[in-house]
Amino acid sequence: MPKFEFPTSILSRPVYGVLEARAGHQHLMIADAEGAEAILDIATPDLMAKTHIIYIPKGTDFADELRALNPAQFYQGPSYAASVSRIQRVLQDAAMGLQLYLAGTEGLMGQVQSEAMKAGIPHTAIQTEHRGSIARRMQCVHCKGITEDVATDPFQCSHCNLNLFVRDHYSRRLAAYQAVCIDAEDPGNVPVKKGLYE
Amino acid sequence: MSGAEKIAVRVTEVTPLNDLVTRFRFERLDGALLPTFSGGAHTVVEMKDGDVTRLNPYSLMSDPFDQTAYTISVRRDDEGRGGSLFLHNSVSVGDEMIISNPVNLFSLDLRAKKHLMIAGGIGITPSLAQIKQLDRAHGNWELHYACRSVALGSYVDYLTSTHPNDVNVYYDDQNQAIDLENLFSGQPLGTHVYVCGPKGMINWVRGKAAELGWPREAIHYEEFLAPQPGKPFEVKLAVSNKVIQVGEQESLLEAMERSGVDAPYLCRGGACGMCETRVIDYTGNFIHRDHWLDDEEHSSGEKIMPCVSRFEGKTLVLDR
Amino acid sequence: MTLQFNDETFREDYSFHNSERAIKRFPFPFDKDSYMYAVNMEQHRGGPSDSIYEKRFDVDEHYVSEMRDRAMVLADDPLRCQSLPHMTLAGWDLLELIMVSKSEDYPDLFELHRDGDKWHWVNKPLGIDDHFTFMDETTLPYGPMEYITRQTQGDFCVLDQRDDNLWMDAGTITTQADWSLDFDIGMNFFEWHAPVPLAHEKGIFVRALKFLLNIQQSAPARRLNWTMTVNPLLDTSPENYHKWGIQKTSLTPENIGAKQHLRVELQTFFRLPRSNALVFPIRCYLCAFQDLMTVPKWGRRLHRVIRDLPEELATYKGFIDNRPMMLDYLSKFDDGLPTSNGIWPEIDSEPPLKSD
Repeated sequence: MPKFEFPTSILSRPVYGVLEARAGHQHLMIADAEGAEAILDIATPDLMAKTHIIYIPKGTDFADELRALNPAQFYQGPSYAASVSRIQRVLQDAAMGLQLYLAGTEGLMGQVQSEAMKAGIPHTAIQTEHRGSIARRMQCVHCKGITEDVATDPFQCSHCNLNLFVRDHYSRRLAAYQAVCIDAEDPGNVPVKKGLYE
Repeated sequence: MSGAEKIAVRVTEVTPLNDLVTRFRFERLDGALLPTFSGGAHTVVEMKDGDVTRLNPYSLMSDPFDQTAYTISVRRDDEGRGGSLFLHNSVSVGDEMIISNPVNLFSLDLRAKKHLMIAGGIGITPSLAQIKQLDRAHGNWELHYACRSVALGSYVDYLTSTHPNDVNVYYDDQNQAIDLENLFSGQPLGTHVYVCGPKGMINWVRGKAAELGWPREAIHYEEFLAPQPGKPFEVKLAVSNKVIQVGEQESLLEAMERSGVDAPYLCRGGACGMCETRVIDYTGNFIHRDHWLDDEEHSSGEKIMPCVSRFEGKTLVLDR
Repeated sequence: MTLQFNDETFREDYSFHNSERAIKRFPFPFDKDSYMYAVNMEQHRGGPSDSIYEKRFDVDEHYVSEMRDRAMVLADDPLRCQSLPHMTLAGWDLLELIMVSKSEDYPDLFELHRDGDKWHWVNKPLGIDDHFTFMDETTLPYGPMEYITRQTQGDFCVLDQRDDNLWMDAGTITTQADWSLDFDIGMNFFEWHAPVPLAHEKGIFVRALKFLLNIQQSAPARRLNWTMTVNPLLDTSPENYHKWGIQKTSLTPENIGAKQHLRVELQTFFRLPRSNALVFPIRCYLCAFQDLMTVPKWGRRLHRVIRDLPEELATYKGFIDNRPMMLDYLSKFDDGLPTSNGIWPEIDSEPPLKSD
């Protein structure tokens, strides 16, 4: 699958890189969906011998390929929500020097990054590589509810039903972009939905 | 006006600790309380040595919340340009001096789950204030302190008697050394390292941390450089329209100040970046000694830190 | 002079009003007839008598009603005041700074009595008389930052300094120009300013950050910033934008003089000693166009500034749609005469408006 080039944007918007193997005794790789391919790209037997992979397929079928890399530990989770307590447990036990690699959708990478920062890893030390869906995790600034996998602009808040537009302003703490009411000054005048980046 | 706000103080104690190190205690002249500060802060001490005025930074080592007095400990440097010699030989109880408000370029990261301090020699002084601050907050810390010998181990007795479980001391003359590789493995996520000591020690700690995959942000370090003597050189100051001579025993910053140029500064030790000055033209070589500019900037010939760096060559024109 | 506190509201019936004295001391933010971003910092060490620059924390006739409005906002949405766990020490620093400053600068309104860490604080305008132990959170009804900022006009950002950057790690934000603390908390200087147009390209934030990182103890700094608000609404938050945004469309040529307010922020910056954090108070002053127009110099200047402002800025500041109506109104107060430099009203030396 070709990689999506995000347009240049404001300074709060995350910029993703390309994973590279780094020095360290402990490696934790967390990916969803097509993010598996980024792990496959850098996997070597040496690296895998020190690596714990946590993978959420989201309907894709890369799990067997990842398992075949023979990582020190492998876990396949049915969803992020089901995997998060395991991720927290792994971070709780980890030591300084742990290398964290994230790949896949912005929502997955952002949420793990937020957990890792709480555990004491600076965000700049966390590697990320975007693969797969370009949908966003959005926070409604009005009701604070999160709407996952938003692919259009504007969209409707899944909690308070306001019509919201998609901003590039991003909070690492919330792992979400900001969404703001689009028809506040002209109620009912909601532009036609367009796909993101269209 | 350049530098941090000034405070007029009186020297109320001069306490020799060992052959090399003497402690000085300052109280405000006007009898008021001193400002509180944060562990790791320094003060810039003005020393009027005959016609020469030197301003040297020293880490504050007293309890940051104690507003009655500040204390510093000064290691005598027989090779240097005389700041520490002046304090050791010419300052006594009752003297009036000018110091700056506290400035912190080496503060604790208060988010840290654990604070790991590594000190070498006189580099122990900021740790002393940081420990006081952390103790008050019930902070999680441990200290690894390398000294030359028992006789030169400033504050070892104090530290080991007050914190027997958190302080580890290593004596060079007994071939004891910090086992950094071992120390760095197994530290919990969120550990921050603070290293203060000679350049070699700082580089060793930073290098080992990088090798073990530690994030750059988790390693904090401070080394104040004293300006080093060097060959005299001439500088043209374009804004002030002056040509000045920098003597063998003075820094470029001091020469500018002597010529009546109000150049900005803060730490005077190559760490804070405040005195960064643009180079307009030069023929010759820079002797960069600061920690502020990166290698690329050092080789660019576009900037100089006049507090510690010098120049050898025909022409140097600065934007000052 | 003795302050008379107004009984007024910043919502619903909007009974907010400025006395003649308040208009004269309003911090008009334009020192010349045009505006562009600049790192317009200066030392914050007093200023002309009775000006908003005179005291470290200005207390004016709106104090009691502003604090009442803040309490209402926090009751509706406690997320407007947040402090990440490592910022408690900075909160105590801030509490000390404000209590010491206010008790010294306004001894008739505020008293602070200290006996070691046993502190006694008296806030007469708000009827508060509390004994507490400094550095012991259990002895205050709120955390230290929230306690003192519920008693001090203006928003407060408390910034942690590390990695050569400033981090928005605590704050009390209820009178903001359309930004969300709950969203921005934890961001660094460049990130929370990311949505501001043009200024990044001009290198403004790089220079401003360098300046702010070097602010030292006992040497605070200040600057002015501004925007526009329809109705004297303090809480122009993104959280409630779906409720107040519609008010922007309520302007008419008849009501614009009363309804349209210039909103000025006096931003100050203090190094906090124990935490090495930086506090960034953002004090909001509102003034209706019709009150500003009583000062001839401001009438001339505001028209020229708004007329010549780049479109991006008018959009960012949220008044691009209303700009034509503003200009129709303001042009009546611009007779083309030159203006003197500086922000002060100069009522005695500037000529009155020429009527033709």
